[in-house]
Amino acid sequence: MEEVKLLGFWSSPFVYRVKWALKHKDVKYEYLEEDLWNKKSDLLLRSNPVQKRVPVLLHDGKPIAESIVILEYIEEMWPHNPLLPQDPHERAMARYWMKFGEDKAPILLGFYLNFGEEQEKNVKEAKELLKILEKHGLGENKFFGGDEIGLVDFAFGWIACWLEVMEEAVGVKLSEAESLPRLHEWIENFKKVPLIKENTPDRDRMLSFYKQRREQRRESFISSRAS
Amino acid sequence: MGEVEVKLLGSWMSPFVRRVQWALKLKGVTYEYLEEDLKKKSPRLLNYNPIHKKIPVLVIDGKPIAESPVIIEFIDDMWKHNPILPIDPYERSVARFWAKFIDEKLSNVVRMALFSEGEEQEKAVKESIESFEIVERELFKEKTLIGAGEGIGYLEIILGSFCTWLPAIEEGAGFKVFDSNKFPLVNKWMTDFLELSIVKEDLPPRDRLVSYFQQIRHFVLATKK
Repeated sequence: MEEVKLLGFWSSPFVYRVKWALKHKDVKYEYLEEDLWNKKSDLLLRSNPVQKRVPVLLHDGKPIAESIVILEYIEEMWPHNPLLPQDPHERAMARYWMKFGEDKAPILLGFYLNFGEEQEKNVKEAKELLKILEKHGLGENKFFGGDEIGLVDFAFGWIACWLEVMEEAVGVKLSEAESLPRLHEWIENFKKVPLIKENTPDRDRMLSFYKQRREQRRESFISSRAS
Repeated sequence: MGEVEVKLLGSWMSPFVRRVQWALKLKGVTYEYLEEDLKKKSPRLLNYNPIHKKIPVLVIDGKPIAESPVIIEFIDDMWKHNPILPIDPYERSVARFWAKFIDEKLSNVVRMALFSEGEEQEKAVKESIESFEIVERELFKEKTLIGAGEGIGYLEIILGSFCTWLPAIEEGAGFKVFDSNKFPLVNKWMTDFLELSIVKEDLPPRDRLVSYFQQIRHFVLATKK
């Protein structure tokens, strides 16, 4: 009997990448919610001593951390309903775009993480990155995975389901439908996929959470500047 | 399987290019090497990597692939003999986890130290040392890395390329991150790694690398101001 556990946090888009992949593959798993701000569980600290963060997948007790790494593991362990192309060059392109998303995450999320001049700089750069993603990553395809969703769609799922909530919480717009029409089309298509539609956190709860977190970050920012 | 045309766009001073060269060598793949002048990027580089405009770029029958970890995984997918990544999915995930950690928390952070000064550089140096502490403590504990004497795979390529270049970067930029007394396990592994013939046979001369990093640091800092 294979035992699969997922350590997560209810609002995390990184955790949702893994949830979507597990559900797509019909893998039964036990979900364990972590109290990230108050007390991380011993299991989490033992399973991911390096980063101490979620998601962590535990398969028969063996821990795997980093959502992109977990996605590749899931794809290899449960190869049915593939989420990566078979062709090596196309697989490489999928991995390239997942890496692009990871490498550029601090800039793409800078509008939410940062303040003042740094935030403005991040917003400007993020808009350019989204244009690149739309033009070179998505191209003329319906999904990043082609006709069907794949790992790259999961990796950029935060743009579809989280971005506009965070934009509202912060009061900054990163992604306008007029300037990124194909990306917005992808957002609509992605959100309509039943797997995704049925597995996204509650919007109101997210909005309230991100507003609160933004305020906490602002207070830290101000006090660090004052010292 | 038919012959594919393989080209590698690279630069003698790049540890990321070296990674790809080691991977191709492990597979016995014949390829054409094209040296790029990064101060004056060629039309072919801009054509093959319009987004990042960086090397290495592997070109397979005219189709480009960029980003060294992606390229290495591709090489492993294309040529199945002499596997570079572990076979077991769990071990593959461990290798990928550490490769990501090394690139994000060591390679990138050391690059920040190379291209900054004062407080910003101090912060990057401190962060790099903390990352080495984690590598010394966590990576070596489970014998995740194969003994360097036993040959090299994916994680060894990633860590080895970084550690091989680090002394020249440190000397070129005038900071110290790696204290061999503080990191005895990493140090021992590195010493063995440098003895491997695939690594030894054509490393760029140390003084040429140091000089390069001195110049590039100077150039970037001047541009910032």
